[in-house]
Amino acid sequence: MAKVFMFYSRLRTEERLLIEAARQRQIHFEPVVVSDRMWPNEIGGKGDVALCRCIGHVQNHALALTVEARGLITINPSNVMEICGNKISTSTRLSTAGIPQPDYAIAFSLEGALECAQKMGYPVVLKPPVGSWGRLLAKVNDRDALEAITEHKLHLGSQHSAIYIQKYIDKKGFDIRATIIGGIPVSAIRRCSDHWITNTARGGTAQSYPLSDELKKLLKQVHEAIGGMMLAVDLFETDSGWLVNEVNGQPEFRSSQEDITGVDVAGQIVDMAWSAACKEGEGVV
Amino acid sequence: MSKLVTCIVCEGKIQVSDDLLEGEIIVCPDCGSELEVVSLDPLTLEEAPEVQEDWGE
Repeated sequence: MAKVFMFYSRLRTEERLLIEAARQRQIHFEPVVVSDRMWPNEIGGKGDVALCRCIGHVQNHALALTVEARGLITINPSNVMEICGNKISTSTRLSTAGIPQPDYAIAFSLEGALECAQKMGYPVVLKPPVGSWGRLLAKVNDRDALEAITEHKLHLGSQHSAIYIQKYIDKKGFDIRATIIGGIPVSAIRRCSDHWITNTARGGTAQSYPLSDELKKLLKQVHEAIGGMMLAVDLFETDSGWLVNEVNGQPEFRSSQEDITGVDVAGQIVDMAWSAACKEGEGVV
Repeated sequence: MSKLVTCIVCEGKIQVSDDLLEGEIIVCPDCGSELEVVSLDPLTLEEAPEVQEDWGE
């Protein structure tokens, strides 16, 4: 009988919700802490499903690679984690698919960064290619600030040696986070803040937001471009239409749960994982 | 049900539920330290690591 594993490093609200959802459904589900053992190991086998829920991208991606090699189905697959875990990978994939996003460019030096900003026009936003929760974002309003921040970034090591620069979008105090499970858009929230960074991890507040047909169509395009069994898409609503800002492959979803959106996201994730395990057990997948 | 554990930083008493799981973070009400449950049997706490550069989504 196939089984769903949840591999995690830190037990967040999301992992608690997933455990509870699995308990309610009485499925074969086992939470496993990844920290105190070697990988790969004997846990799970071909056809089992692994919800990879490590809090850090590097560990989560490494974990997915090792358990995929043993035949487990990972949610998300390691190639999707790779695309979503790096903003350069995400943006280039969205570009290839023709999906609207804020103007972006990459620079490897101060000269390159200055050229980006000159072409885009100030303000611009500098983001670490790998990272989340709004950490180390910099809204740069002029050349002096860009020179200072670029110099600092280039001293922070190889992780910051490719500078991701995005045109600043005036999002009027909010952005949208939409959740896609199994390729279907299931919920959206509006994240509001007086600060230009609206992540809920940085104090942004969440409200339910309607999924219009237009938004659903765009989200399906994002899913087609990136793949994966679970995505969280951050979008800006502008006068000229939607812009996809980021795509998250292993999202936190506590702010998208039932109490705000009326959608049991954890339950849908567990249902999707269990369905994948059952299909594999029947030899359908 | 709940039980008392001792904070490894300030030695204050922390009330925790019986359904703790490995990897869970508890906060000491006295000193505010974030403590990670690294083992359940015996119940062992360590200071939770600082946020890493690649954490979260």
